[in-house]
Amino acid sequence: MLRLLVNGNRIERDDIDPDTPLLWVLRDSLNLVGTKYGCGIGACGACTVHLDGRPVRSCSITAKQADGRAVTTIEGLAEGSDLHPLQRAWIDLDVAQCGYCQAGQIMSAAALLAKNPRPSDADIAKAMAGNLCRCGTYLRIQQAIRKATSDKREDA
Amino acid sequence: MSTPTNRAKRASVPESALLLDPYLDSIIEPADHRAIEDHTPQPDRFAQLDRRGFLRASALAGGGLMVTYWMPVREARANAESDVNPSAARENSFEPNAYVRITPDGYISLFATAPEIGQGVKTSLPMILAEELDADWNRVRVEQAPIDPQVYGRQSAGGSRTLASSWTALRKAGASARALLIEAAAQRWQVPSSECTTEPCVVVHPPTGLRLDYGALTDAAARIDLAKLAEPTLKDPKDFRILGTRVTGVDNRALVTGQPLFGIDQTLPGLLHAAYVKCPARGGRVAKANLDEVRALPGVRNAFSLTGTGMPTEVMPGVAIVADSTWAVLRAREALRIEWDESSAAKDSFSKASEQARGLGPRGAETLRETGEVDATFEGAPKTVEGFYSYPFVAHAPLEPQNCTAWFKQGAIELWAPTQTPDRALPVIAKVLDIPQDRVTVHQTRAGGGFGRRLINDPMCEAALISQRVGAPIKLLWTREDDTAHDFYRVGGFHRLRGALNAEGKLVAWQDHFISFSHDGKSPVSGGNISETEFPALLVENFHLSQSLLPLATPCGPWRAPRSNAIAFVVQCFMDELACEAGRDQVEFWLELLGEPRWLESGNPYALHTGRAAAVIRLAAEKSGWGEKLAPRHGRGLAFHFSHAGHFAEVAEVHVDESKRISVTRVTVAGDIGPVINPSGAENQCEGAVIDGLSTMLGLALELEDGRISPLNFDRYRLLRMPQTPRVDVHFVKSDFAPSGVGEPALPPLAPAVCNAIFAATGERVRSLPLVGAGFRTRA
Repeated sequence: MLRLLVNGNRIERDDIDPDTPLLWVLRDSLNLVGTKYGCGIGACGACTVHLDGRPVRSCSITAKQADGRAVTTIEGLAEGSDLHPLQRAWIDLDVAQCGYCQAGQIMSAAALLAKNPRPSDADIAKAMAGNLCRCGTYLRIQQAIRKATSDKREDA
Repeated sequence: MSTPTNRAKRASVPESALLLDPYLDSIIEPADHRAIEDHTPQPDRFAQLDRRGFLRASALAGGGLMVTYWMPVREARANAESDVNPSAARENSFEPNAYVRITPDGYISLFATAPEIGQGVKTSLPMILAEELDADWNRVRVEQAPIDPQVYGRQSAGGSRTLASSWTALRKAGASARALLIEAAAQRWQVPSSECTTEPCVVVHPPTGLRLDYGALTDAAARIDLAKLAEPTLKDPKDFRILGTRVTGVDNRALVTGQPLFGIDQTLPGLLHAAYVKCPARGGRVAKANLDEVRALPGVRNAFSLTGTGMPTEVMPGVAIVADSTWAVLRAREALRIEWDESSAAKDSFSKASEQARGLGPRGAETLRETGEVDATFEGAPKTVEGFYSYPFVAHAPLEPQNCTAWFKQGAIELWAPTQTPDRALPVIAKVLDIPQDRVTVHQTRAGGGFGRRLINDPMCEAALISQRVGAPIKLLWTREDDTAHDFYRVGGFHRLRGALNAEGKLVAWQDHFISFSHDGKSPVSGGNISETEFPALLVENFHLSQSLLPLATPCGPWRAPRSNAIAFVVQCFMDELACEAGRDQVEFWLELLGEPRWLESGNPYALHTGRAAAVIRLAAEKSGWGEKLAPRHGRGLAFHFSHAGHFAEVAEVHVDESKRISVTRVTVAGDIGPVINPSGAENQCEGAVIDGLSTMLGLALELEDGRISPLNFDRYRLLRMPQTPRVDVHFVKSDFAPSGVGEPALPPLAPAVCNAIFAATGERVRSLPLVGAGFRTRA
């Protein structure tokens, strides 16, 4: 029996092979398709989710390894209709081109800000180095992360 | 000849297409469905508005107005298709270009007919329509139109021409719909329409202060006698309220909340998952496979081999696995053992081709252009420069791997796919399945990057065949390795160049022997050709361009800025070599070559204009601080390239340390694409093009040996990451020329600008890409 807490919802499933990568559990079994497949080897970051608050590449974590733990995906980042400051910044700064990598980018950035609310540019570059954007939107991603940190401070 | 009656008959198609399309089902309210179904087109509701455009207005039962506008686009389309499919010829010159639906609640729906692949047309094209319609952008909804070229005309994204070919038609469509609403209000108020004007989504009559929302006028507008409608006037660009402003992408919220928008996100009741495994060398056939063993694995529904059609653009031989889940498919693949018959498979070797190319002299097998006295000029020239340039095969590597969801039932098929050419998929799928084309329905999804890969619909053909075979809905997903191993690559190539300078350091002769590849021994592969008018052909008096073609079996195709992505590197680096040899400042050397402002090919508005070229070069120089002193081992490099109707100059600033570790610190982009529709989108495209160009020239190369491509995944095919990203400043020349697309033309100048900067910083000339292959390293 696989037990997961996904975006706050308790999931119990006995029909999932324990070796299944978490990515495919999310996409195929739970129909949470915001988490994307890009490479299958943890090299592109499109499948980034939070496991107990830490960013992981869900293509490289098995269901067994995630068992009993809390998973947050892009679908669970907003609180109801109240978007995460990063999501708001992504919309306002018009970050996306094709948009395929952006869920993974936002999840990596959210994990960074949870740990380090005022990251330097170098901190940002380091934390985001595992996420590829084939369209090359890195500059806007940087700006959006900076904007989200300052918006957060204004809120505080 | 087309007549309005024909047009009216064809106009009955959109409604049925709308009804057939479940994608739109989810976004059109049920009331609208009935309205469209009940509506019978009336020929008299359709009128020729002016010499060129046609308008049709229909009432939606239950309230609302649908406006359709047709305009001939043959000329624009011929240009647009030339890069991808030179033989594309269509008889029909009239196509509906724009659909506007206005509902009584005042909301306006605009149909985006072209695929969104990240180039922003789902936002920028409706902006044009909304501008002339005088719509309130906050009350505009954009919907992806169903795929039916009979109804919507060309529905492809490629060649950066979507915008150029739609500009006038969309403006006229918007203006016509606005004129219709004004006429409706004027009749209701019994005032002359000439006294009425509009504010966003409202018709106003200033003398009386009367106002009516567009939503309140839809029924009346649908009853207007179109024949009496005056030809609409287009806005003066200085009155634009939407165009030229920063408008954010219409799908942004859905994207950042992880909504299912992409092909890979499609799901259906009872959906099965599929893989299709082909020979790593193109053309290999299945000799033997352990299919029984694979069929017995958990979750596997079926495994079978297909001979396919033998066409790389359709279905090549391979083994299909169909299973309950993606994971079951992937696990079964691990157990699959195929013995390939490679007797007719590709045996290509790029390293051998490279050796062969290096042995060739300055004149190729076929002369493409020869003017003046080339040999004599070289003999008499005080200074000559020679260089041999090469660049490798690269992959498109869109982050969303190829995929397609297909459902074959009762002799018909429905497909959901992230394709750049959904319109062209229809006949191909019909051919592959041997069913009539009217039994093929294609749904356009958002595409996770295209870069040219999705112009070809082989994954759709594979999915269609597999679904037909198993009689169930399937989602075919290529792995990253499949995607790289079965691409239509940007072909590698070689140039042997010679240039001659006169005593004043002026360029007086240019000779280029281009060594490319051919599948048939006659014409170059897609993306491996060069135009006889390619810069600087029309600017140098003594000019010789020739080509030699080496045999190749591996498929190639258009890759972002086809041809230009490699030619600019070669030509603009060699320009820099000549300028340096002449001891001249690069800006001055380039401007001297361009000469007086003029179109280089008279009568062709998509040709290079020397004045526009000079303006972007000057702007890039000015904004980059060209000529200002830099620290040791730092350098600036300039490059200019014209492609896809866009004039772009770029200046790169680099630092190279003693161990050849390179940092590109800043790139200044200056472009002229006519009026900029959406600065937010256009700047983003330019930044992305710079980063794509840098990523490719720094570290990307595919090996091709024994017909096999490697590496296949991102651990060794190393795209640029955030820490290596330079500052990018984008500037546009504000020009009044026709607007053109921006998805491609900012990419080509990047590589030569960086190479020229490396020379300025180190004195080392780079003539072979990528840089990591030339001994350079990138910063971690």
